[in-house]
Amino acid sequence: MIIAAANENLAHISNVLVYSAMAVYTLAFLAHIAEWVLGSRSKVGRTAAALTVPAGGAAAAPAVQVRGKQAAGTAVLDEPTIVTRGAAGARNVPDGPGAAAGDEKGDLYGRVAVSLTTLAFLLEAGGVVSRALSVQRAPWGNMYEFSLTFSTVAAGAYLAFLLAGKNVRWLGLPLVTTVLLDLGLATTWLYTESDQLVPALDSYWLWIHVSTAIFCGAVFYIGAVTTLLYLLRDGYEAKVARGETPGAFTRSVMERLPAAATFDKFAYRVNAAVFPLWTFTIIAGAIWAGDAWGRYWGWDAKEVWSFITWVAYAAYLHARATVGWKGRKASYIALIAFACWLFNYYGVNLFVNSLHSYAGVE
Amino acid sequence: MSNTEQTGQAGRSEEAGRAAADEQSLGAAGERLSTAPDQDPEPASAGLPALGFVGWIRWFWRQLTSMRVALILLFLLSLGAIPGSLIPQNGVDETKVAAFKKSHETLAPIYEKLQLFDVYSSVWFSAIYILLFVSLIGCIVPRTGQFVGQLRSRPPAAPKRLTRLPAYTTWRTGATPEQAREAALRLLRKNRFRAHAAGDAVAAEKGYLREAGNLVFHIALIVMLVAFAAGQLFRSEGGKLIVEGDGFANTLSQYDDFRSGSLFSLDDLSHFSFELKRFTGTYEATGPQRGTPRTFEAGITYSEDGGPDKEAVVRVNEPLEVDGAKVYLIEHGYAPVVTVRDGKGEIVRRSPVPLLPLDANVTSQGVVKVKDGYRDKNGKRDQLGIPLFFVPTFAGEGQGQMFSVFPALVDPRLSVSAYHGDLRADSGVPQNVYQLDTSKMKPFKDANGEILKKQLKPGETFTLPDGAGSITFEREVKEWASFQISQQPGNGWALAGAVAAILGLVGSLFIQRRRVWVRAVEGEDGVTVLEMAGLGRSESAKLPEELAELAAALHSVAPTAPPAPADDAPANDAENRDAAGHDPVDDGAEPAEEAVPAEGASQ
Ligand code: HEM
Repeated sequence: MIIAAANENLAHISNVLVYSAMAVYTLAFLAHIAEWVLGSRSKVGRTAAALTVPAGGAAAAPAVQVRGKQAAGTAVLDEPTIVTRGAAGARNVPDGPGAAAGDEKGDLYGRVAVSLTTLAFLLEAGGVVSRALSVQRAPWGNMYEFSLTFSTVAAGAYLAFLLAGKNVRWLGLPLVTTVLLDLGLATTWLYTESDQLVPALDSYWLWIHVSTAIFCGAVFYIGAVTTLLYLLRDGYEAKVARGETPGAFTRSVMERLPAAATFDKFAYRVNAAVFPLWTFTIIAGAIWAGDAWGRYWGWDAKEVWSFITWVAYAAYLHARATVGWKGRKASYIALIAFACWLFNYYGVNLFVNSLHSYAGVE
Repeated sequence: MSNTEQTGQAGRSEEAGRAAADEQSLGAAGERLSTAPDQDPEPASAGLPALGFVGWIRWFWRQLTSMRVALILLFLLSLGAIPGSLIPQNGVDETKVAAFKKSHETLAPIYEKLQLFDVYSSVWFSAIYILLFVSLIGCIVPRTGQFVGQLRSRPPAAPKRLTRLPAYTTWRTGATPEQAREAALRLLRKNRFRAHAAGDAVAAEKGYLREAGNLVFHIALIVMLVAFAAGQLFRSEGGKLIVEGDGFANTLSQYDDFRSGSLFSLDDLSHFSFELKRFTGTYEATGPQRGTPRTFEAGITYSEDGGPDKEAVVRVNEPLEVDGAKVYLIEHGYAPVVTVRDGKGEIVRRSPVPLLPLDANVTSQGVVKVKDGYRDKNGKRDQLGIPLFFVPTFAGEGQGQMFSVFPALVDPRLSVSAYHGDLRADSGVPQNVYQLDTSKMKPFKDANGEILKKQLKPGETFTLPDGAGSITFEREVKEWASFQISQQPGNGWALAGAVAAILGLVGSLFIQRRRVWVRAVEGEDGVTVLEMAGLGRSESAKLPEELAELAAALHSVAPTAPPAPADDAPANDAENRDAAGHDPVDDGAEPAEEAVPAEGASQ
């Protein structure tokens, strides 16, 4: 009974941590808003300038200079400089300066937002861990726990990209917004008291299959947000290239974002990088199903939608390699693929009768 | 060059057209950076004319159509999979299909026609994936051949104008061109490029594993499909209910139910037998989830092919693997031991009676059917049917209906009534062992004409009226477990295919195939001009970095020469640009920022 009491205590601590994380994410959200509002609006027109076609006809190539790691003792001046050249046909537009766009106050708020996000992430991770300790198993037994872990991983992945020096600050606002939505859903509709698992879920494959599934989802989600931003920014660039003048607000927002080409590349990398892991997730699930239910593949709703998601992402990768399907069309496929993932996650658990009915929601 | 632009593919954007044109301007250098089917081995440096219009059309046609078709088929496959997840499927849950048909009288026949209750074995779904796999094979075969060809041949020679490539650098060096090329060759080989000297340049390529991985992945998909199909055709699957203490030998006659694939033959059944020693179930004792199962364990002994007995525990997630078959634990329930005596007090039956669980707390129901051996008090042959109702944990007297309140065996009760007459066991209609056909039977009644029914504790006896015998609930309640025994050949292949697919994918998606050229020629002023350029597939952010590292390494062996005395600009770019003459063939669309050094030197 002492153990039970301790567990209840831990479960309680977990809830407190999650609510604290939500509060801190909300502050981070506000800080991001401040960053955008205070951010300078003066630096517009870079895109238009870049898209102004020189007399020759072709778009200007960006004279991006990349320096290699210097060999010891080589004088800097002597280093050969690499000149890169964008693919022909690409718009060689420079990346926007970011939400703050050089405004010091805005930048300060941006930094505050990132710090708050880090704090909230730590609190939320603590919530996940204490939840796991309270039930003494992997914290992935029902949808409440999935959602919790899902947003933790998404925030963690974002912070990891930042830490790795990637230019992803633009992801801050949409990420924090969705994390808040996800947590809101989790704590209200999906909440389930902490408890142990039914025997069918009790397997080490749970750790493998479900952890990779949640991880893939979180990274696919980042890919989808990037893709969406790509489409918006690409539309904007196309408009500017046609010589039209977008509205002041659109311009103010869009000019601060990275170039469409940057979004596109990042989205592809992210999606392509998790695709093998997603493949592994499905195979691990099949092996587990083979042990638990006596068949590897039974076209259960969850299995079907995992398959559909997989095929949709494969189609996306193919589209990228298919002339005439690159760019926007491929991006639509990527968004459809993520929609399939979302449906598999929420739709199948809540609306479709499936063997995977572990939602814990009545 | 304008040829391709005239192909006028519908929907091809202007950008794509320009990209294609640009790709061509690289000449042979940019080709075969992947394995697109290609039958015209063209002279490496000759450039466009040798390829010709037809060659390009063919190249495009292959690349375009096949990938497009594959894309469309992939789309159709995912679309086609959707209805199966929303409409009940025969292969998944037949009772749900029946219920659906009952409640949708107009829709059901249409669905039936469209095979929507069997989506994954339907003609149209099969057509999609068979087409996809034909396309896949049609794609893999030439690609593999081409890849082997690429492995045999050497990286293509440097394009005329290295400045056109996505990553480029140049400097003047004091080393002779031969020394520079020699150094470049060594450096590139050290970095595991396939490199060779061709004319005034060194050509190198790396990342062949990308192509290999991609081919392995696609081939692995075929292996998986074939393994899956074989598994379906040769599979067998049967169920068996076993009471503690009983055994099972793997022959057809011992199964309660049995299904098999169309190519399965009985000789394929593996040879083994096992006995259920003990079944243990534990349940959550307190809290809101009281009664939720925690562990199910079936302790068994088994023997393979008449070999020695071995012990094993089968759990829900842990099937027993024996001689190519898998034994899964599926369900469990109680089997109270019941003794039936006849009118003379003789025991006509004493055995555990497996009962069917009705709810999560294992309220159970079943029947004892006494077909032979029973005689009433007058010694007349008769048959008995004894419906049983059982709860492992009784709710307590006066709790109304007899339902169990906990799944474990805490306070068992057995409710008994009895019928006599004709069980209709020989009527030809298959009988359900858990149900009684009372159409030709009469219940035992009490003095008031009510059906006699008695609730027994373990050890108690229900005595039938008129000396018709008795029914005893013995102080022993066994558990039963039901098992599914499956054989599905090809699983090993499917798994191997899956592993190969993942490894191939990793190779295909994480490895970048790229080419590097180093050209070293004597400039007009007698100083060696060194140029390096890199080319990769479209997503190549790492390419400039890699080229920078190579350049730095090469630069340390062939450092920058002191500036030419006549020249007062110290920076490399400016210096070289001064020396560059514009190529008259060029369209003059060169961006101003681009470095265009030492052009004339390459001719
Ligand atoms: C079962 C269906 C298929 C699946 C799941 C599938 C999946 C994939 C995946 C995940 C990639 C990696 C994408 C990349 O390297 O960027 C790929 C590449 C490729 N696939 Fe498929 N594929 C299928 C069928 C086909 C078919 C039928 C063809 C032939 C028409 C084909 C031709 C190719 C080619 C040429 C590539 C290389 C693209 C590149 O190098 O970028 N695939 N496929």
